[in-house]
Amino acid sequence: MPTMKMHLDLLPDFLRGTAFLGTGGGGDPYVGGLILRQKLEEGADITIMDPMELDDDDFVVSVANMGAPTVMVEKIPSAHAMVECLRSIEREKGRKADALIAAEAGGINGTLPMVVGAMTGLPVVDGDGMGRAFPELQMCTFGVYGVPASPIVLRDEHGNEVIVRARSNLESEWFARVVCTRMGTKSEIALYSMSGKEAKETGVLYTTTLAMEIGRSIREARETQSDPFTGLARYFETSRDKRFCAVLFEGKVVDLLRETTRGWAIGRVIFEGIGESTGERLEVRFQNEFLVAQQGKRMLGMVPDLICILDQENAEPITTEGLKYGQRVRVVGVSVPPVMRTPEALEVFGPKYFGIADVYTPIEELV
Amino acid sequence: MRIGVDVGGTNTDAVLMDGATVKASIKAPTTADVGAGVVAAIEGVLARSEAAPETITGVMIGTTQFTNAIVERRRLVPVAIVRLALPATESLNPLIDWPRDLVDTIGRNVYMAKGGYEVDGREISPLDEAEIARIARDIAAKGLESVAVSSVFAPLNNAQEDRAAELIRAEHPNAQITLSNEIGRVGLIERENAAVMNAALVSLSAKVVGAFRDSLKELKIDAPFFISQNDGTLMSAAYVERYPVLTFASGPTNSMRGAAFLSDQENAVVVDIGGTTTDVGVLARGFPRESAVAVDVGGVRTNFRMPDVLAIGLGGGSLVRGDDAITVGPDSVGFELTEKALIFGGDTLTATDVAVASGLVDIGDRSAVAGLNGAAVQRGLETIHMMVEDAIDRMKTSADPVPAILVGGGSILIERDLAGVSTLSVPEHSAVANAIGAAIAQVGGEVDRVFSYEQEGRENAIAQAKDEAQAKAVDAGAEPASIEIIEVEEIPLAYLPGAACRVRVKAVGDLAEG
Repeated sequence: MPTMKMHLDLLPDFLRGTAFLGTGGGGDPYVGGLILRQKLEEGADITIMDPMELDDDDFVVSVANMGAPTVMVEKIPSAHAMVECLRSIEREKGRKADALIAAEAGGINGTLPMVVGAMTGLPVVDGDGMGRAFPELQMCTFGVYGVPASPIVLRDEHGNEVIVRARSNLESEWFARVVCTRMGTKSEIALYSMSGKEAKETGVLYTTTLAMEIGRSIREARETQSDPFTGLARYFETSRDKRFCAVLFEGKVVDLLRETTRGWAIGRVIFEGIGESTGERLEVRFQNEFLVAQQGKRMLGMVPDLICILDQENAEPITTEGLKYGQRVRVVGVSVPPVMRTPEALEVFGPKYFGIADVYTPIEELV
Repeated sequence: MRIGVDVGGTNTDAVLMDGATVKASIKAPTTADVGAGVVAAIEGVLARSEAAPETITGVMIGTTQFTNAIVERRRLVPVAIVRLALPATESLNPLIDWPRDLVDTIGRNVYMAKGGYEVDGREISPLDEAEIARIARDIAAKGLESVAVSSVFAPLNNAQEDRAAELIRAEHPNAQITLSNEIGRVGLIERENAAVMNAALVSLSAKVVGAFRDSLKELKIDAPFFISQNDGTLMSAAYVERYPVLTFASGPTNSMRGAAFLSDQENAVVVDIGGTTTDVGVLARGFPRESAVAVDVGGVRTNFRMPDVLAIGLGGGSLVRGDDAITVGPDSVGFELTEKALIFGGDTLTATDVAVASGLVDIGDRSAVAGLNGAAVQRGLETIHMMVEDAIDRMKTSADPVPAILVGGGSILIERDLAGVSTLSVPEHSAVANAIGAAIAQVGGEVDRVFSYEQEGRENAIAQAKDEAQAKAVDAGAEPASIEIIEVEEIPLAYLPGAACRVRVKAVGDLAEG
């Protein structure tokens, strides 16, 4: 994937893809997409950079929004504050950034680094640190393989700024979350500053273009009146890092249980089978993102593999907040690349971290 | 006695109801000035029932005029948009994803000012009164008469929007002002969009409501009149004049409420077969189930509470094609049915022709379809039934059969029991279900706010929300003793401190008489 330019025509596909990679969470990419659209309409020049074009000693920084999706739809993320976060990291580290990288490919944080790219002229590396969406900032492959999350710069629209320096990434999350709450439960942040070599070695690569291609394969299938799920499966067979992709279940929502525990949107959704799944039931558990899909005691997919709930007809991704009774959906499972499946990675964002007793088994062995 | 009126794109329907009895009903053509059609329809039902105008205690009107104006970009006025939020939200201007032709119609008169609230209730910035006054003078100088005001987390606290309205009015006394907190929910962009659309409609709403008022005067009906809103409850005419945007989905809602009333069922699937489309919705406790996703109106994203309706391209005017595999719709001859269908001397095979050919109904010239292939007619009819069955199945929440109510002029297309349906009712007067839905509507009040369960306690928070919803229903004209809480929904919010929970409560009651 050579270095390319972002443009308006790519935006709808890209947003659909970031929602897909959000696996039910990550914040609705809609608002991030609007900001990006405004920048592009104003003539912004945004470069998406092949990670292999990074020099080993380049300086790469992640930018993102931290906080509650509900707040981000009111107090819209601030492009200006994200740029200031980046500048503070540069002052901390004593060098200018050469490139930006997303911490999280899924949801709203997939879009925001491009906004900063539009304002600074810095290229945005094709890749991220999660390969999807996760609820906490230590759940990045950057951190799993040794890049510290801190110093983390958190900033609000008023110019209030707090720098968190913690001895572990888990503690970085712990302290940053408090600051974020005080800032109104939304902070612009810059974190995971690293070398080009580290970005290439620890990142989940090519997820920016992956999002665009997922979105495109769904759209093209719709446009040719063919089945978007077949389109998706065919895409993943030929994608850069070939991935396992299967429809796990076809059903309608018959029960939906939500609760709040420690600020998480935790719950489960039960589907009753239709079509090929008639007579069966599927349960999907979520904590902001969809975590596991199981039929009775049989697991069909487990975090960190992607469990995506899509509209049965047009394959539009559905978020946990968008779930409603009677919705007809197909539940799709997609494998994640090896960098997200090592014992070190599973320690940080495998089933155990989310309180699930079952041992992680790759989705291609479950289905 | 009450009169219910439904002003649609093609027909203006009216019913006269005495308590729960339909005394008379009529369909009249909608007129360009709206008023003449309303007068004709009401005169029609009064004449048919021989009721005197003095016996009418209320007139309830449902209308799609405002939705159509947005969709057609007609009769809209330019709008000034004032957002109270800086330094927050500077990254995203209003109107970003509006269709260009709609922005051309209303202009891009955007003012960003200091203000807004945090989710925990603090001010993002205090209102800068001098700044608002300056903006108001600029709006006045530009000759803009309609103003939409939005602010961050206005559903949590409306004080800044209210104060801004006072300040604007002081500098620009003729301004008509729409406040986002009065019409929308959490989600700044969608709420602001709704406020701007509302502001664009203020001139039309004055005309339409004025036309209704004049019609009643002309008819010597001296009763209060109401207009139905999205959720099937009524608003006073004066309120609609200020908030026309709240009528956007009243059409399907009235049709479903009317169906519930006519069939005496509170939980059922409603199938409304018209000339071009079939709308399938679900009644839960007598009210339409609402859509959970953002709804576009005329290409603009909103977060209105709209009934969850599935529309398929099947109606009395649907084109029928093929010999072996028969397809029906989605295209239709629409209002030209009485010229183009075979049975009316035309040359187009429609779903209505198929119904006549198979003997389901006897309208038009039956001989015109006598030559059709009998087996193909049966297959066409089968296709129609399968389309309806599939639509019902999509809207059901369980595999068990559900009761279904069939309304609308196209209900003649259905001849047999439908799969997945326990009992199928086709009530009398179902062709004017919309007007009946308007006539029987109640008045409601709604609260949608984020509470901190940790600070306020869950019980307290819900009780407070219920009190507020009831008070809003009384303000809207409900008889206090009749008010019921029909919905309490709690949505826990991720990441927010203090066990934050979004609580929605809806109260409805009967209209107080007199």
